[in-house]
Amino acid sequence: MAHEHKLAIFRGLLKFKSNTQKIWGVLIFLTIITAIEVVLGIYKPEILESQVFGMKALNWIFIILTLVKAYYIAWDFMHMRDEASGLRRAVVWTAVFLISYMIFILLQEGGYVFNVYDNGFIKKDF
Amino acid sequence: MSTTVATAGAEGKIWSGGNEPLRASYGKMMMWFFILSDALTFSGFLAAYGFSRFKFIKEWPIADEVFTHIPFFHGNYPMIYVAFMTFILIMSSVTMVLAVDAGHHLKQQKVAVYMFLTIIGGIIFVGSQGWEWATFIKGEYGAVQTKGGNILQFGENVMIDGKETFKRVAISDFTTAAHTERVQHENKNGLWFVSEGALPEFQMTDVVAGLKAHPKVLVRTQEIVDGKKLVLSREASLEAITKNGKRTVHGANLEVNEYGSPLFGDFFFFITGFHGFHVFSGIIINIIIFFNVVLGTYEKRKSYEMVEKVGLYWHFVDLVWVFVFTFFYLV
Repeated sequence: MAHEHKLAIFRGLLKFKSNTQKIWGVLIFLTIITAIEVVLGIYKPEILESQVFGMKALNWIFIILTLVKAYYIAWDFMHMRDEASGLRRAVVWTAVFLISYMIFILLQEGGYVFNVYDNGFIKKDF
Repeated sequence: MSTTVATAGAEGKIWSGGNEPLRASYGKMMMWFFILSDALTFSGFLAAYGFSRFKFIKEWPIADEVFTHIPFFHGNYPMIYVAFMTFILIMSSVTMVLAVDAGHHLKQQKVAVYMFLTIIGGIIFVGSQGWEWATFIKGEYGAVQTKGGNILQFGENVMIDGKETFKRVAISDFTTAAHTERVQHENKNGLWFVSEGALPEFQMTDVVAGLKAHPKVLVRTQEIVDGKKLVLSREASLEAITKNGKRTVHGANLEVNEYGSPLFGDFFFFITGFHGFHVFSGIIINIIIFFNVVLGTYEKRKSYEMVEKVGLYWHFVDLVWVFVFTFFYLV
């Protein structure tokens, strides 16, 4: 039975000889990312506490690292890399669109409620 | 990848259903769409958590101060245990994908071994989560809930490395419970539909007396100023406890928790509970598939696609945990 796996990660930068090898490679990569997250989470460097786009720089790093981890779990462990592009798009784009929309709406509204509470229950002071 | 299990002799005949535009079997595709819908459910929960957090952005508990324990060790170790849990789950994901890979090569024994390791990893993870819950429910220092529902915690300023640092103090460290007498409400003596719970460990009068007797103890509020919770002066501490204190709380439950906003506890129990339930059902499904592998069901079929499908579910559980980890423990 032929089961072709695409054996390169990082856009072809790193090529593996077999699927098993690729799995261990991805594990090492995910472990390093988790370790970075944990170290940053414990020490919380002063320099990363500054605000970037309305959130702490550190939190942006955590979220980006999480998305990187999610990508490699889905692409290499769940073999999304090897699926037909139609299936991949049907699953991934639907999720990305709906989740981004939901996050935007809910966080926007949460911030608004906070402001109303914070401002003595005044919605808009003309 | 054409690993279709059931074929009705329709291969190649496009108009008889032999067409597979997505090159995946029905079962695998449906597993992907189930995962998609489940991902939306989880992100709904996490987004709701984000909503509540943004709503109370100035007084949300700091996760580093809540989850600081590891089993068998005393002391303050934030993140360590949950990092271990994350690693266990990623490891079990790896053994799962190795099982799938062995299945592609039709190696029955290898599949069985890797499935078994996956199940063990899952059990360790669920056990750890149970321990995490138990620690959270039990609590550590205790706190006072005000009439308005806010949480006041205690601590004192001590010198650590030549710097004045605020260190938490447990209620039981400065309070002794005075003897009180009270008639227990019983159904036959009053409202039959009202029952009375047990009294908390300390009465408010005990806490006030203890606070007065220990001049160094200060009160810390929920409010966050410059990334730290606001500590009141001695006078303000006494006033806050005497005027607003309603009851002492120890640990966390769905109604109140000693770390701050009750919503934090609610979301923690709900989201990690829902995830833990997914892990639990994943373990059950893995066990069923494991026995099928051992009995040779897939060997006879000459296809281990079922292992692949349950593998997808198991990886998804890992995927969700990666996000729960970030949004509950890191951000």
